[in-house]
Amino acid sequence: MLTPRVYTEIPQRYRLEANKCKACGKVFFPPRLVCTCGSQDFEPYRLPTRGKIVTYTVVRTPGFVFKLQKPIVLAIVELEDGTRIMAQVTDLPPVVEDYSEIIKIGAEVELVFRKIFSEQEAGIHVYGYKCRLI
Amino acid sequence: MREVAVIGVGMTKFGELWNTNLRSLFVEAALKALKDAGVDRLDSMYVGCMTSGLFAHQEHLGALMADYLGQKHLPAYRIESACASGGLAFRLGFIEVASGMSDIVLVGGVEKMHTGADVTDALSTASDSEYEAFLGITFPGLYAMIANAYMHKYRIPYKEFREKLAHVAVKNHEHGSKNPNAQFRMKITVDTVLNSTLVADPLRLMDCSPVTDGAACVVLAPVEIAKKLGKPVVKVIGSGAATSAIALAQRDDIAWLDVVEAAAKRAYDMAKITPKDIDLVELHDCFTIAEVCVLEALGFYEPGGAINAAYNGDTYIGGKLPVNTSGGLKAKGHPVGATGVAQIVEIVEQLRGNAGERQVKGAKRGLAQNMGGSGASSVVHILEVE
Repeated sequence: MLTPRVYTEIPQRYRLEANKCKACGKVFFPPRLVCTCGSQDFEPYRLPTRGKIVTYTVVRTPGFVFKLQKPIVLAIVELEDGTRIMAQVTDLPPVVEDYSEIIKIGAEVELVFRKIFSEQEAGIHVYGYKCRLI
Repeated sequence: MREVAVIGVGMTKFGELWNTNLRSLFVEAALKALKDAGVDRLDSMYVGCMTSGLFAHQEHLGALMADYLGQKHLPAYRIESACASGGLAFRLGFIEVASGMSDIVLVGGVEKMHTGADVTDALSTASDSEYEAFLGITFPGLYAMIANAYMHKYRIPYKEFREKLAHVAVKNHEHGSKNPNAQFRMKITVDTVLNSTLVADPLRLMDCSPVTDGAACVVLAPVEIAKKLGKPVVKVIGSGAATSAIALAQRDDIAWLDVVEAAAKRAYDMAKITPKDIDLVELHDCFTIAEVCVLEALGFYEPGGAINAAYNGDTYIGGKLPVNTSGGLKAKGHPVGATGVAQIVEIVEQLRGNAGERQVKGAKRGLAQNMGGSGASSVVHILEVE
């Protein structure tokens, strides 16, 4: 596991920082050093925060880190510029019988800043992005 | 390049085996394979294993297994490609014999998953640790996302999709009931699947392969040596491997396993055959939806068509394309690093005509497909009996 100090230095989790190939315009999240077109010339790029759900699931048996949060809902979101990102879906009602009634493929979401989990016994919070239905 | 044959196969029983350990599992399977091959020396060895470090606090498997197999100074390599570790190890053993560098090579796969470790957490290391597992996604969760994308892409109503998917598990348990080495030998019904607990919507417990301990080994040799052994000669006529984006979000089409298509094309091209020349398939049904997507990517069904395969009876023993005659990962069990090698063991037994109750009549050519992660790596092999 990374230390909290290192977490806070990750611009992807805090500022949605991607990069964009200067040769072909392709956007990468997380950022890459080599583009699929072969170019190594990039510029920083901030992702848009709105998009649509491409697919999703409800994880009912997570690993130990997320045991207390279960069930957790996760989605792959296609942002307005076409970049895809996986994120938890947050701000859902506390008791949901059938998630397919409230979460649909194609539903609009926005990315928000949230706690992801608390690390080990010290309970240090680890933050990042999640998404919520609009 | 020399022609290569599988001259020996062996595997342990698959299951929840608390009374044994990693090294004993491997050595048991290796001794069976060596006895079957009738050889007493090895030139090198490959050990496929995904994550013995997390499960058993043990790495350095090449040396450990060579030592405990009594093969002093044997060159030995540990190969890792998540759940495709065994299949990839087989490919490397094949390449070594084909190259002429070595004559007799043992390829094994092993995993000891019942150790007290958090299995869900250990397996999640096969995903993108920083951008997938970090968020809490699990492997059932990733394949559930593929399932939902598939259902949406092909506009299949939920109830119909759910029932047809359940038939994959029913079929693999039917086959597993005929396999003495299978972890689960009980037959199940569609209702067993649909009434099992939800793991990751829409996948239920009985859509998922189990947690398994086990090992499988094969011995490879040039065909000219294999011909002197007085047994049916099972040749490796095609081998293909490929990789793709590790994170599911970065695949172009979430309902399409491009990595399997790419690996299969290489294997078919090498063997100079097409899917219609294949008599049986062992494929990577880590979840029921995986069997559906893999059948399409291997070219046996049109996109959106394989959801009907088990439902229509096509993929049963006796059907037009028997799939996972061993019981597959679902019923035989899925000791992750061993799976790719165990698939080869089943194909060889079938092509030799030794598969007993599971025998596919007149089987001449079999295909084995092994997959890592949510479709980030895959290996395909085609075997043929002379």
